[in-house]
Amino acid sequence: MTAILSMNQITKDFSGGVRALDGVSLEVERGHVHAICGENGAGKSTLMKVLSGVYPVGSYGGSINFENHETAYKSINDSEADGIVIIHQELALSPYLSIAENIFLGNEIATRGVVDWPKTNREATMLLARVGLDELPSTPVLELGVGKQQLVEIAKALSKQVKLLILDEPTAALNDEDSAHLLDLINSLRGQGITCIIISHKLKEIRRIADTVTIIRDGQTIETFEMKEADATEARIIRAMVGRDLDSMFPPHTPDIGDELFRVENWTVHHPVDTTRKVVDDASFSVRAGEIVGFAGLMGAGRTELAMSIFGRSYGSHISGTAFKEGKEISVKSVSEAIGHGIAYATEDRKHFGLNLIGSIAVNISAAALSKLSRFGIVDRFAENKVAEDYRGQMNIKTPNVSVLAGNLSGGNQQKVVLSKWMFSGPDILILDEPTRGIDVGAKYEIYGIINDLARQGKAVVVISSELPELLGLCDRIYAISEGTITGEIDRADATQERLMHLMTAGKD
Amino acid sequence: MSTTTPTRKPPKMRVDLRQYGILAALAVIVILFQVLTDGRLLLPGNLNNLIQQNAYVLILAVGMVIVIIAGHIDLSVGSVVAMVGAVAAISMSQWGMPWWAAVIISLLLGAAVGAWQGFWVAFVGIPAFIVTLAGMLLFRGLTLVFLTGGTINALPGEFNAIGGGWLPELFGTIGEGRGSRDILTIVLGVLAVAMLITQQVRSRAKQRSLELPVERSVSFWIKNGVAAVVILALTFQLSAYRGTPIILIILAVLILLFTFVLNQTVFGRHVYAIGGNLFAAQMSGVKTSWINFFVFVNMGVLAGLAGVVTTARAGGAVASAGQSFELDAIAAVFIGGAAVTGGVGTVIGAVIGALIMGVLNMGLSILSVDAAWQQTIKGLVLLLAVAFDVMSKRRAGRR
Repeated sequence: MTAILSMNQITKDFSGGVRALDGVSLEVERGHVHAICGENGAGKSTLMKVLSGVYPVGSYGGSINFENHETAYKSINDSEADGIVIIHQELALSPYLSIAENIFLGNEIATRGVVDWPKTNREATMLLARVGLDELPSTPVLELGVGKQQLVEIAKALSKQVKLLILDEPTAALNDEDSAHLLDLINSLRGQGITCIIISHKLKEIRRIADTVTIIRDGQTIETFEMKEADATEARIIRAMVGRDLDSMFPPHTPDIGDELFRVENWTVHHPVDTTRKVVDDASFSVRAGEIVGFAGLMGAGRTELAMSIFGRSYGSHISGTAFKEGKEISVKSVSEAIGHGIAYATEDRKHFGLNLIGSIAVNISAAALSKLSRFGIVDRFAENKVAEDYRGQMNIKTPNVSVLAGNLSGGNQQKVVLSKWMFSGPDILILDEPTRGIDVGAKYEIYGIINDLARQGKAVVVISSELPELLGLCDRIYAISEGTITGEIDRADATQERLMHLMTAGKD
Repeated sequence: MSTTTPTRKPPKMRVDLRQYGILAALAVIVILFQVLTDGRLLLPGNLNNLIQQNAYVLILAVGMVIVIIAGHIDLSVGSVVAMVGAVAAISMSQWGMPWWAAVIISLLLGAAVGAWQGFWVAFVGIPAFIVTLAGMLLFRGLTLVFLTGGTINALPGEFNAIGGGWLPELFGTIGEGRGSRDILTIVLGVLAVAMLITQQVRSRAKQRSLELPVERSVSFWIKNGVAAVVILALTFQLSAYRGTPIILIILAVLILLFTFVLNQTVFGRHVYAIGGNLFAAQMSGVKTSWINFFVFVNMGVLAGLAGVVTTARAGGAVASAGQSFELDAIAAVFIGGAAVTGGVGTVIGAVIGALIMGVLNMGLSILSVDAAWQQTIKGLVLLLAVAFDVMSKRRAGRR
């Protein structure tokens, strides 16, 4: 057995002194399927970007050896020329072009700039047969489901004479049937001598497909082992993924929990486009006054979709289930209705859903509760500025004044603006989706403090996070969610990272 | 920026000079043409014409800036002006309506047109560019149908006065014959200055009492002083012609009203929120479809008003009226600092943009520059104005 790829002592620093990779080593055997596991933010994607030349040579430390020569890729084109192709989680196909056009995009079969369509279509047909996709090459990509689009991506990779195929969470957006088909295809590609690196959270998948697994945590390689070894269990992978101490970075919190404030029963949500797919499946949960409840789930588990669908049907189709506030059923069919019932949802995607980046801090803080600052449709701008100034002080938003545009703030300060906006709406129930994503440690501590204060005021707080230490340090009770299903509920006292990770990776059988 | 500690001493607001860049450009252009035309640009008669000739652009620009802030565009306003003008003229000359009923019909027709376009944009989700391009053809076509190719003249004098008349000389004049001045115009100018200063001082006092940052006194008084002098000088000059154009009063009301609507009302806030980040607006509970709908209804009403004004000034309706008005209005809005992507723009900016175009028109005409060259020059001014804005924003972003 020979290694096709070896990455030695890779280090990668980002500006601001963040070390994303800290001496990662990885050895991949030729013709193997090699799985890489790790929590969100462990450094898996960064490692793959280093490998494929997205981060050019010189911007990282260590050496990479591929096919017995040391690589020096300056861009993704260089790595593709060598036969390394990466397929990202977000597919990169042009929806209005046909399958054949997409396969050969940027790599057209042409003589002197004129495309040879017969040859293009013939080659495309052959590639589609190889990936088991029964569609005409002339079909526009937008008519295909996500699973079939994934296959087009793989056909595209094959057209580039791929030797090493990297799949970043390939089944995260697929239904069970498409996932099974994809795993079969990876199996058959292995038979054709193509080496595969697969990044995945789903331990069942890894068991089924991988020859070798490497676990990465906090930018370091923890261990690599063969899946055929006797002790290569899911438990071992989980232990390696989470095995770290809880940092003492949480402000003290004494829970003072009252009656049930909010409850959701049998909540089911279908994908907005692929309406056959259940993104959230029969979820039920409750939150009491003064309680901080966590939702632990890996990316794509359906946590954000659950929250957004409750918040005025902002996501999904065919939503069913009931919501109760203080025991009474409430209707949350629109965002304004949800806000009216005292629900607030602070999104994980601040730039896209949370803030008007070209609006001032004051305008953003008042956005969800302008009615409190207006009479007969006329906004009292003085009162608005006063409110914004109050939150600036109270939340310690670091800015000279509240007329600064939200887009000019740092991530932590932007998050404080989002929290201010929802606090000002005077909610009873706050759903905070990844409240500390992309925020430095100091600001995180402040935000934990704010969350504790909200609970102390008797509000029901839901925190969605993929960082287990954060949930363990913050929450009174934690639900685990996996593939759209709530797989368990653990009290603070009994919660450990291992138990949660078990529930978070528990697939449907 | 993040190093500044949030102290609460007397907070001072920095004056953003870029904000006044466009005003400075207007001043430069006025001074330039004043010199080039040997002082003829600001003669009372020309000043009067500047206002009456450009009233339609100002009215349309006020509506258009709201449409553009919300992230849309309206290409149909020129055709709507023509159609409304035709219907107004028909209602008076053929149906025997009084002038005021014709005005009401015009505004209602404009609202209906806006509702039609707003429906397709807001509730069906067709891009405004397409809906209003269709409207441009549709309403021009209907104008031709209504007028059957002819023109309608001989409208009531009261109606024509809306576009080309003056307020009565209530307080008489200073002097007699040529060189006499209308007292009412001067009084109105003084009143405007008094209102401006009072409003500014009160707002400043309130800001200070709430411990909010206030502008430095020096710049506050310079700014208001300059504004007062300009208003007084212009009204004094205007008083030597035939008094206060009626349309000037309408324009002043519109500008104040819509500045207020955009800055101080929930509706205005929601317009900026939609243009700034549609998804964030939705997630904050803004009823985005209804806001978009009313943005177009409002544009329709203002296009209806522009139709009245244009027909009144021309003294009749012709099928070719309002041609390329939409482009004048759009140009004014972008010269006035609005962003193509939405979310940014002000009424006062659009007004200044319209005045820049108007002064260019008038100055070049006085200099008897060929119409072909006039258009060329205006095109370049539009491009340079927006390029200046884009580059200064990029510089500000880098800082």
